[in-house]
Amino acid sequence: MSIVGLSTHTVEAINLELAAGECVCLAGPSGAGKTQLLRAIADLDPHHGEVMLDGRSARNFSAHEWRRAVGLLPAESQWWMDRIGDHFSRIDEAQWRALGFSADTADWQVSRCSTGERQRLALLRLLANAPRVLLLDEPTASLDPVSVVRVEQLIADYRQQQQAAVLWVSHDAAQRARVAVRELSIEGGRLREAA
Amino acid sequence: MNLISLSPVDLSLAALLVLALAGFSWWLRLGMERRLLVAALRTTVQLLLIGVILKALFEHVQLAWVTLTALVMLAIAGREVMARQQRRFAGWRGYGLGVFAMFVSAFAVALLALLVIIGNRPWYQPQYAIPLLGMLLGNTMNGIALGLDRLTTGAWQQRAVIETRLMLGQTANEAIADMRWEAMRVGMIPIVNAMAAAGVVSLPGMMTGQILAGAAPFEAVKYQILIMFLITAGTGFGTMVAVWRGASDLFDERERLRLERLVGGKS
Repeated sequence: MSIVGLSTHTVEAINLELAAGECVCLAGPSGAGKTQLLRAIADLDPHHGEVMLDGRSARNFSAHEWRRAVGLLPAESQWWMDRIGDHFSRIDEAQWRALGFSADTADWQVSRCSTGERQRLALLRLLANAPRVLLLDEPTASLDPVSVVRVEQLIADYRQQQQAAVLWVSHDAAQRARVAVRELSIEGGRLREAA
Repeated sequence: MNLISLSPVDLSLAALLVLALAGFSWWLRLGMERRLLVAALRTTVQLLLIGVILKALFEHVQLAWVTLTALVMLAIAGREVMARQQRRFAGWRGYGLGVFAMFVSAFAVALLALLVIIGNRPWYQPQYAIPLLGMLLGNTMNGIALGLDRLTTGAWQQRAVIETRLMLGQTANEAIADMRWEAMRVGMIPIVNAMAAAGVVSLPGMMTGQILAGAAPFEAVKYQILIMFLITAGTGFGTMVAVWRGASDLFDERERLRLERLVGGKS
């Protein structure tokens, strides 16, 4: 995926190349525009500049096709039906087991799941779309250490098997060091290569 | 006609009741007395005004004047729809939405009734046309305002859910479907309830008026049934049109939720 001159009201002229199978981590203080950048890439906010997937501009995708290919996982998961399984387009049991769930989890009530469970399930829900690019906004923020390891492993496996590109926002320097091929930081709306 | 004419003294007696209510509102610190009195004053002035206009219209039955009156009523109804929403579409988008929906529902239904069902000659006889349109506008206005209010408040409160659904690759149409369904239902519930309670709990206003004016009860009932059906159709279709268009106006051409198109909020 390549991003050329992407600007919104909070981020300025972002240029970024994200190779297939690459994991790039993004850090920066709160309010620096990390979430805004991810939202613009997923075409959820109006923006200037160009985002391309395999040389094909986002403009040439219909908006919902684009968001299926470029999946954004927001920091807070949202559910709108009572049953977990009703939110899924398909269930990949291997992935579910990898995060500590079973097929029975589909029958769970959303209201009974903890924040951490919901966050992991939201990741599975996004992966069910088989996105080519993953935009992750602090995907392990409310998870216990065991779950963090599982999530990192699942994302690494998915990235290698599907040759998916990952742009990962994380506040945790140790995590960035574990998962990232490359680290970037965003400050004052501008992107820079971290040392 | 065996209608008993009301004297100014009769009206003043009724007005005293409203004044007494305003007094109690002040005493109980409900803070409603000002609004109550302003509304009562508006009722008086507006109704006197329409009385004058109707009198003039009845004396000069001309299509152009009837049309002009109808358009002014439509324009004011459009403003009223806007005023009743907590969060509404800004500018012409919001105004046009309500007016368009009422135009295709209340106007179309009124025209159908005048031309096909009542079949007066001329069909635009203001004695029928204006009250009919007035009742239709008044009720569709309610449904549309309720429906749109639910839609925009719902979208505002559940912004995160709608955007999550978009992030998962749903179309704008799918992402807003639940809220649209709910908004359409909310807009239609009052008129369905009114039909269910008509005659048992409440004697509808028009029928009461006709009976007071000396019409045979059964003739009045037939008119009331006609009006009920027309209002239901007008409100239902008007609400559907307004909510449908409103729901798609919440998104832009790239299926992004654009809540900045709404103005207003809790005050």
